[in-house]
Order: sequence, then structure tokens, then C-alpha cells
Amino acid sequence: MVENRPVLVFLRHAVLLAGVACVAFPLWVTFVASTLTLEQILTVPMPLVPGDQFWANYSQVLTAGSTRGAAAPVGQMMANSLVMALAIALGKIAISLVSAFAIVYFRFPLRNFFFWMIFVTLMLPVEVRIIPTFKVVSDLGILNSYLGLTLPLIASATATFLFRQFFMTIPDELAEAARIDGAGPMRFFWDVVVPLSKTSMAALFVIQFIYGWNQYLWPLLITTDESMYTVVIGIKRMIVGGDALTEWNLVMATAMLALLPPAAVVILMQKWFVKGLVETEK
Amino acid sequence: MAEIRIQGVRKSYTKGTWVIHGVDVSIGDGEFIVIVGPSGCGKSTLLRMIAGLETITAGEISIGGKIVNDVEPKDRNIAMVFQNYALYPHMSVYDNMSYGLRIRGFSKADIETRVQRAAKILELGPFLARKPRELSGGQRQRVAMGRAIVREPAAFLFDEPLSNLDAKLRVQMRLEIQKLHRELGTTSIFVTHDQVEAMTLANRMIVMNAGVVEQVGAPMAVYDAPASLFVAGFIGSPAMNFLPGSVRDGRVDVGGGHLIALPRPLLEHAPAQVTVGIRPEHLVACAEGDDAFTFPVETIEALGADSMVHGKVGATPLVARVEGHAAPAIGSTARFALMPERLHFFDTVTGKRLAA
Repeated sequence: MVENRPVLVFLRHAVLLAGVACVAFPLWVTFVASTLTLEQILTVPMPLVPGDQFWANYSQVLTAGSTRGAAAPVGQMMANSLVMALAIALGKIAISLVSAFAIVYFRFPLRNFFFWMIFVTLMLPVEVRIIPTFKVVSDLGILNSYLGLTLPLIASATATFLFRQFFMTIPDELAEAARIDGAGPMRFFWDVVVPLSKTSMAALFVIQFIYGWNQYLWPLLITTDESMYTVVIGIKRMIVGGDALTEWNLVMATAMLALLPPAAVVILMQKWFVKGLVETEK
Repeated sequence: MAEIRIQGVRKSYTKGTWVIHGVDVSIGDGEFIVIVGPSGCGKSTLLRMIAGLETITAGEISIGGKIVNDVEPKDRNIAMVFQNYALYPHMSVYDNMSYGLRIRGFSKADIETRVQRAAKILELGPFLARKPRELSGGQRQRVAMGRAIVREPAAFLFDEPLSNLDAKLRVQMRLEIQKLHRELGTTSIFVTHDQVEAMTLANRMIVMNAGVVEQVGAPMAVYDAPASLFVAGFIGSPAMNFLPGSVRDGRVDVGGGHLIALPRPLLEHAPAQVTVGIRPEHLVACAEGDDAFTFPVETIEALGADSMVHGKVGATPLVARVEGHAAPAIGSTARFALMPERLHFFDTVTGKRLAA
């Protein structure tokens, strides 16, 4: 902006602050609610300053869970979510990296056909194929297991496509230089392609970790055992019947906890994430 | 070190269209060969076939007496330097240079001595720990050469290695490559579109055009006796003047009332249409005289040491090179004599040089 008029500056800041408030206020209410007793929450209006129940609420959900609704400790659910999110993110990266490598660097019959087949699966997210997928997973006997939670979500057309686009920007001469240097395809993959893809992998990890962590429908369907609940499902299961019955203070504490790992991943990997999306190291 | 024989090599990507129409060359042990030609003439394709990066559609390539048509690039005992350097961006200079050796299972100590020796030759010692992106273009190109040197291959293949450098650096690297070849004596094949690089580097050069080898020979031999109109126009800067004309009574009428006598040995079998070639540097300014060319000066290009005088004889443009300060004024009439022993005669129809 070239203009520097006080009114405009004020207006700009006002709009931005209003935006921040819109996003941050619900978060603040959640946090406040997680530090109150149930009675305090149910008073009208609900207080907007934190109460003194922080340790009590958080230690109860982490170790014991709620007393009504789902009774599994949130610590266990967090661990489940973490396993699921990590397995999905890492699995997606591993599989996409290899399939993109095959599509870009190898000439095999029907290569384009297979690429488009992978691409077409973009049109078939979990929600669309959920019933057949459930049937398959159930027939395989992997309901209520980490395998069942993660396996159907690992294949990723988006990630394959992203890696394919990245690989195509790696100059052909690099592959040729490696061939002359005596590196076979897998050696080239490990020594050149993987190190060069580091930033893309980091960006994908952030996106896919959050995707995995936030999975709702799929875990809801295939987990019936409380010990396999993910934290997102846990929140849902804690909400029972009418307003008065639900322990909102515990639900809010769980929600706050569920927020932390994705936020941490984003904050810690922010630099890599941006790098991976905007620049390529060549 | 080895000799490289290329016999009847042809290449096509789609059936029936040939990119390279049969190349036969044999390259001696320790020779520095430059393949030169305009872009799209197939020179890089030929080099890549020697390297094993392209399949050979027909014919045979042998390196050191062994036919390598079906040999993987890594087993051909060659090293290649690419135009864009093709350094591994995430590896240090040291790792870039030693990568091929590590794959081949050389011992640590052996790798260390080889890399250090190459680094010393190329003055890369202080940069061994750096990443390619921290180096200048010239340094990157030296690393690329270092990667080739450490392997001690039978032949070096250079694919337009100087094209990405600025003019000054290009001259410097040209001298370094020359020096390197003198020191190592390794058979080298160097592809370029720059005729100056070809002239200065080559023991022999291969001039290619549209997938065909036009001429093979030492740079000065090619300059003195170009085998075709294409070679004559491609080698030498500014390009040779061509004066097409028809033969009458043993003389070529090039228009504008100028008749150029055919040399005696050519008289008998000269075709009807002949193109006379004369290089700008072989037109000498002269005083009055019968066989002089006179034409009005259209433009002068002053290059410092030399000036280029542009004009027209009949309808044909003509360039003459004169000493820097000796240029005539624009619009005045220039008068040049042809050096008879420096004239070139070509068959206008086939483009081939007329030989006695």
C-alpha cells in the first residue's frame, strides 16, 4: 500500500482484528469451559474467564475419561489418533513416492493408463466408497485394529500427483548423470530422488498428518471397542443425550487436547511446509 | 584411454524418419574431437548414443575395440559433462565427485587420493565441502569435469559444456579444457554449436548438418577447403560470401558485370551453375584494376581491430573485412581484389565443393 491515511490504517486493523476475534473467540470459549466445573458452564451466561478446574478436568480426561458416555481415557485415544495419523501420513508418503517414481522414471506398458487410474481415484474419497471398503475390511477381520484404521486411507492420488509433478522438474540430466556414474534405479531413488524430495515430503506430512488426525467417519464405523477409539471419536462419544447430562467441561478439555498435536505439527514444520510448497532445491 | 569407432550409425525415433543418416567416423586414442553443427543437426543425439543414453537404431559403436551397442552407460567406461552441469544439488562437491567411485566400490583412501588429485588439477580444493548452489557457473562446470576426471575413463564426452557460461568465462574454460586434455591425454568428444570452440579445441572436427556428416577434418583444413556450401557458411565468422553464377567460356558470371575465371583443373567438368565462395578476410582493398570488385558501401561494422564493409554485387550481399581504421565511408565506392588462390568453387545444385 502506498497510501498512508490514518483512517484507512485504523479500518484495516479493525477488519483484521475482527477476523482474528471471529476465529479465536470459539477457541477461547472452549479453553475457558475446559477449566470450569459443569455447574459453572451451565449457568447463563457462561463465565468468560478461566476457572480453577484446569488440573482436575485435564487429569481426569487424560487418565480416566468421562464418567458418562465413553469411559476410555483420553490419553489412550490420543495415542490411537497419533498412531493412525502417523501411519496414514508416512504410509501415504512412502507409497506415493514409489508410485510416482515408477510413473515418471520407468517406461512400462499402459503407464499412462495406470497414472490416470490413480488420478481417477481422486474422485472416490472414503465417503463415496465407504460401504464396499467396510465390507472388505470386515471380511479381512481387521475391524478394531490399527491396520483397519489406516490401510484403506493410505493410497493417495493427491500425493502421487504432487510427487509426480515434483519429479518432472528434476532435470533429466541428473538421472543420466547417475546412470553414467553407475547408479541403478533404486540407488538413484535413494541417493538422489529421496533427498531432493525432502521438502515436498515435509509439506505432505503436515497435510496428511492433519488429514489422518481429523478422520471421523471411518474410525466411527470400524471402531466399536473403546480402547481403539481415536480422540475425534472420543469427543463424539462423550456427548450423551441432553445438554444437562453431558460433562461439557471434560468434552472441552478433550477438544483442547485434540487440537494440540496438529497445531504442534503445523507450528514445528511451518518452515519446511512453506518451503516444500513454494521452492524446489535444484 | 581408447579409440572410438562409429560405423554406419543411424537413429530414428519414429519409424521411417531418420534423425541421423549413417555416420562413419573413427576417433583415435587421445584425440580431441569436436562435433559441431547448428541446433537440431543430431550432434547431441550422436554423443548420447556414444554415451549409451540413446539406443542405436542401426550400425555399430565400439569403444576400445569392444562393441558397446548393448552395453549400459556405466559399463562403457566413459564420463560425461552436461550442459547444465547435472550436479547432485544436495551433495557437497566432494560427494558429487566421488559418487561414481563410491558406487563402484573404490576404497575410501583411493577415493580420497583421486578426488584430491582432480581437485588440485581443477583448483577446486577450497570448495570441496560446499554445495553446488554455493558455487559460480564456472566452478560448477569444473566440478562436473572433476566428476568425470576422477573416474579416469576411456573417454570424456562433453555436451555443450560451455553454453551456460558468460562470454568471458567461456574463453577461460576453453583454455582450461585444452590444458586439461594436454595433461590427461584422454580421448574426448566435445559437442558444440559454437564454431569458435570447434576451431580452437579440436584436433579434428566433425561438421554435421541435418543428421549427415558434412566434413571431418582438422580445423584449419576444414577452414581452408570446406567440403560443401554448408560447411563453408558455417565455419568462419563472419560467414563466407557466396556469389552464385553461371559458367560461360570458363568463367563464372556472378552478376554486376563480374566474371571470375575458373581454375584450370576445374574447367573440363564444371557444372553449368557454380557458386563462388570468398571469405571476407580474403577480399583485399586495392587501387584501380581490372579484376577488382567495386560496389557502393552500404554499412560499416566497426569491431575495433577489424571493420566489416557491407555492400552488394549485383543482387548478392557481400562482406569484406578490412583493418579497423581502413574502412571506407558509407556511400563511397569500395574496390576490392579477390585473392585467386583463396576462392572456393561449389556446385550450386549439389552444394558440393568442386574438386579437380
